[in-house]
Amino acid sequence: MPTATGAFIGADLIREVAFELNRRAAIHIPGDVRQSVRGMAERETERLSKFVLLEIVNNYEVADEDLRPMCADTGLPRFYAKVGNEARLEGGFVAFERSIREATARATTEIPLRPNRVHPITRYDYNNNVGIHAPSVDYSWEPGADWVEMTAFHKGGLFGGDYRMLFPGDGIDGIRRFYLDVISEFFKRGLSCQPAIVGIGIGGTKDTCVKLAKEAACLRVVGDRNPDPQIADLEDELVELGKRSTLGAMGFKGEGAVMDAHIEVAYTHTGGMPVSIHHQCFALRRSTARIHLDGEVEYREDPRWFTDYYRRDSVS
Amino acid sequence: MSEKNTSDLLMDEHLLETSVSREALDKLRIGDIVRLNGVIFTGRIGLYKKLFDEEAEPPVDIAALTNVTFHCSPAVGEKAPGEWEVSAVTATASFRFEKHLPLLMERHGVRCVIGKGGMSPEFYRDHFKRLGGVFLNTVGYGIGAQYGRGVQRVEAVHWLKELGIAQAMWVLRVKNFGPFLVECDTEGNSLYEMAMKETNENLKGLYADLPLPTLKRMGEVHNPEDEVF
Repeated sequence: MPTATGAFIGADLIREVAFELNRRAAIHIPGDVRQSVRGMAERETERLSKFVLLEIVNNYEVADEDLRPMCADTGLPRFYAKVGNEARLEGGFVAFERSIREATARATTEIPLRPNRVHPITRYDYNNNVGIHAPSVDYSWEPGADWVEMTAFHKGGLFGGDYRMLFPGDGIDGIRRFYLDVISEFFKRGLSCQPAIVGIGIGGTKDTCVKLAKEAACLRVVGDRNPDPQIADLEDELVELGKRSTLGAMGFKGEGAVMDAHIEVAYTHTGGMPVSIHHQCFALRRSTARIHLDGEVEYREDPRWFTDYYRRDSVS
Repeated sequence: MSEKNTSDLLMDEHLLETSVSREALDKLRIGDIVRLNGVIFTGRIGLYKKLFDEEAEPPVDIAALTNVTFHCSPAVGEKAPGEWEVSAVTATASFRFEKHLPLLMERHGVRCVIGKGGMSPEFYRDHFKRLGGVFLNTVGYGIGAQYGRGVQRVEAVHWLKELGIAQAMWVLRVKNFGPFLVECDTEGNSLYEMAMKETNENLKGLYADLPLPTLKRMGEVHNPEDEVF
C-alpha cells in the first residue's frame, strides 16, 4: 500500500534493535529495581536477610563490571511492541516478527543467553530460544504516533504465579487472601526469587487477567501507581501486607520482599471476579526502545506500556 | 545444635577445596557461608534420567572427579568449536530431584549439593545425615554474575549432543566460587526449617480476618503454615 511519505521502518533496523535490546536486558538491570533492592538492603535489620540483599546488590554491580548476564537463567526472551497507528513497517508485521526471531537466535549465541526454549513434550532444543510461539510478541497500539516501541523482556520463572476465579461476594478480602496465599506459596524458600514486583490482574477473562498481571509486574516501574485512586490505595495496602508477611529475600525473616504491587483491571463477567497474581523476580531483565520513522532510535528503561489509550474505558 | 533462631547463627565463612573432606564438611553449620576451589559438575533432570532411569554408563568416573554437584545449567557460549565460556551460573529448584539425589550420593560419592530452595527436613535426615552430606544454597537466588566470575574454565562437557546445552553435564574448574549458605549440615539440620518457624508466626495472624474463598480447589493446601511440596 503506498503511503504519503513512502517511508518505512526497515526490517534490518528492527533486527538490529531487537538484538541490542536483548543484550541490554540481559546485563543491565533497570535503575528503579536496583534502587528499590538497595533501599531494602540498607533498611533490613535481620542479619540473614541483609546478607542476601547485599549480595543481590553486589551481583548487579558484578554483572555491570564484567558485562555478563546477572542470572544464568536468562529466562524466556519475549517482546512487547507498542505500534503507533501511523507507523509503517517494511515488509509489514510478518517481516517484523521474522526480524525478532532472527535477532533472538543471534543474541542466544553471541551474548550468550541460555537456550531455555524446548519443545514441551519431546524437550527438543534448537539452542536458539526460538520455536513454536517463541519468542512471543504482544502488541498494543498508540493513536497519532508514527513510531514503534519494542520492549525485550527475559522472563524467568517456573514459580510465583497463580490464577483464581473469585466471586463478587469474595470481595477485596478475597483478593487480600489470595495475595497472601501466593506469597505463602512462593516466598517460602525464596522460590519467587524475591524481592519481587507483584502484578495483580483483576477481572476480564481468565486469559486477560493473567496477561494483565504479568504486564503489571513486568512493564510498570517501581513507585508507579494506577491512575484510579481507589486502585492506587489498594496497591499501597498490598505493599504493606507484603511487608507484614515478614517473608524476606530467600524466605528468611525480614522486612518482607515486595518491591511494589501493581494492579490492573478489566471489565469482567457480572457474576465473577477472576484474579491472577504474578511475581516478577529481582532479576528484572527489560529494555525498551522507540524507533522513529526516520530511523532514529531512543533507548530507555521505562516501557510506558500502560498508556491512557491502553486503559481506555467504554466508548469515547 | 545450640542455635535456635536465625539471629543466633554464627555465619562463619569457609573456603573449601574439592573434593571436600569429611572433616571439612563436619565443621560446617547451618547459616555458614562457603566458597569453593577446585572442580564441580552440574546435573539436573536430564542427567539423572540418563544415569538412573536409563542406567546409562556414566561418561566419567564421578567419584574420582569431585564430590560436589550443582543443580543448574550454566549460561555458556561456544567461542570456537569445543571452546566454551561460562558467563553466568544460577541454581534450579532442587526439591524436584528427591527421587534421584540419594542415588547420586550413594553410587557416585557426592557429598556436597549446591542448589536452590533446599530439600525437606525429612529428606535431610534420611539421606544427608546418613551419608554425611551437606546442602549449600545459592544466595538470592539470582546472583549468577558472581557465580559466573568464580568459574575459571569448562574442563569438559558430557552428553551435550544427547541432552542439549541446558541439561548436559558440565565439569567446571572454579576458584573462590560462592558465596553459598549452608542449608543442611552433616547432622541433618535445616536452615529453612528454622527460618520458617519464625515467619509462620506472622503469617498466621495476617490470615485471621480473611475468610476462605467461595470456591475451593481440589488438591489445594489451605493451611498457610504448610508448604506446597
